[in-house]
Amino acid sequence: MHWQIDLIILTFIIFCAVAAITVRDLLSTAILFGAYSFMMCLLWAVMGAVDVAFTEASVGAGVSTVFFVAAVFRTSRRTKD
Amino acid sequence: MKFAAFLIVSLCGGLLLYATADLPAWGDPNSPAGTHLSPHYIEKALEETDVPNLVTAVLADYRGYDTMFETAVVFCAGLACLLLLRDYTRKKGSFYRHIPTGVVIHFKENRKNPPKSREFEHMDKEWVPYDLIMKTVCRILIPFIQLYALYVVAHGDFSPGGGFQGGVIFGSSLILLAISYNLRTVMDRIKERVLGFLCVLGVLVYTGIGVLCMIPGGNFLDYSKLAVFLPVDPGHVRALGMLGVEIGVGIAVMAVMVVIYVNIASEGRHDEGL
Amino acid sequence: MSDIITIVVAKYNYWLYIILMMIGLYAMIAKNNLVKKLVGMNIFQTAIILFYVSIGYKKDATIPIIENAHGGHGNTAHAIHAADYINPLPHVLMLTAIVVSVATLGVALALAVKIYQRYQTLEEDEIRMRLTENRLAENNK
Repeated sequence: MHWQIDLIILTFIIFCAVAAITVRDLLSTAILFGAYSFMMCLLWAVMGAVDVAFTEASVGAGVSTVFFVAAVFRTSRRTKD
Repeated sequence: MKFAAFLIVSLCGGLLLYATADLPAWGDPNSPAGTHLSPHYIEKALEETDVPNLVTAVLADYRGYDTMFETAVVFCAGLACLLLLRDYTRKKGSFYRHIPTGVVIHFKENRKNPPKSREFEHMDKEWVPYDLIMKTVCRILIPFIQLYALYVVAHGDFSPGGGFQGGVIFGSSLILLAISYNLRTVMDRIKERVLGFLCVLGVLVYTGIGVLCMIPGGNFLDYSKLAVFLPVDPGHVRALGMLGVEIGVGIAVMAVMVVIYVNIASEGRHDEGL
Repeated sequence: MSDIITIVVAKYNYWLYIILMMIGLYAMIAKNNLVKKLVGMNIFQTAIILFYVSIGYKKDATIPIIENAHGGHGNTAHAIHAADYINPLPHVLMLTAIVVSVATLGVALALAVKIYQRYQTLEEDEIRMRLTENRLAENNK
């Protein structure tokens, strides 16, 4: 595992996490969280945990983003913080 | 509040950062996690279970109890979602569209039966016109996604994958159908009763295989005892037991994902979705 | 100087995981919106999962799938050494944890939708305000 790839993906992950909790639109939060999960999946694939990466790609980046979007669709989209 | 949160977080983070000094160096092969139990799994799993994918071997065989109760937790989550949100009161009024002319009829009361014919279509109040490209692409894509999901479940012994991943992919293909068409299309094809039945069936398949192992006198989930029922090479029987368990996990996870999505997207009324 | 570099190379991954975990914890405590809190909870969860998976990582080892064993019925041409394969045990534990986390996320979102149906808001302070209003109205009856 090359430390350059590791460091770049980790930086992206932290950036996505900070963006997901600071942005004021909940739909953007859901999409940024999907991006965060996908970056996490890449990191695990690089780390050699292929089964965990596969699970995260289908569960974290796929289904849980859909759940968030569905819940935001049924509630409100705007938030104060 | 924000200041207090920042204080707690920095205190907690500082303590954890201090504790990293005692952790083994990153990627150290002789770390405590890699020296006690896992060498046995790595060196003996292929010999004992005939499954090359070590993760599947540990998941479904050595730690079978763990996975069984995880499946039960997933089932309970689906049940909780259903009980929290399911709403059986019918909404007043329904909209029908006469397809040849495009005229929309609004029934204010639900007493009389809505007309059932090919010319009338039940539609939602907040109606969005169908997107032809989206519908066609998804219609072509969905069978392939489902086939891939079955491959992931069946080939989980040899490559990354298994019951959890395959079940989630199969469930997301049905969710894709619900997003690209509408929720009613999915609920007409798979009735709610069938979905509930599948949730239970998945857990039952898992525990059923466990009980089946007890009949010839083995322990619960001791797949090697299944050789009595299966006319195959005794060295391969544990791999087949794992496959059966993975199928059970896949069914349960698939049904639970669809149940959760349907209940959240329609607030439990099962009529209008995303 | 070289000591510091060795320490940083050996530990910087753990430090970044802890920063990620603290981002999640901060969101869970300080954010006002329930969906934001759930996102924070998920970030916390994935950071812990990341830590666990990284414990199983070994340098110069390959993924935990035995090579050249397809259809071999337990006979491989070469002996299997534990140092050649990444530790599969943390992967197994975390794989099930991810699936359970999405199931619990579903329940949490169902609760959030239910709260929105009753109070018409997802902001924590407004929900608390409505609750006090309801209690006052009940006392006045």
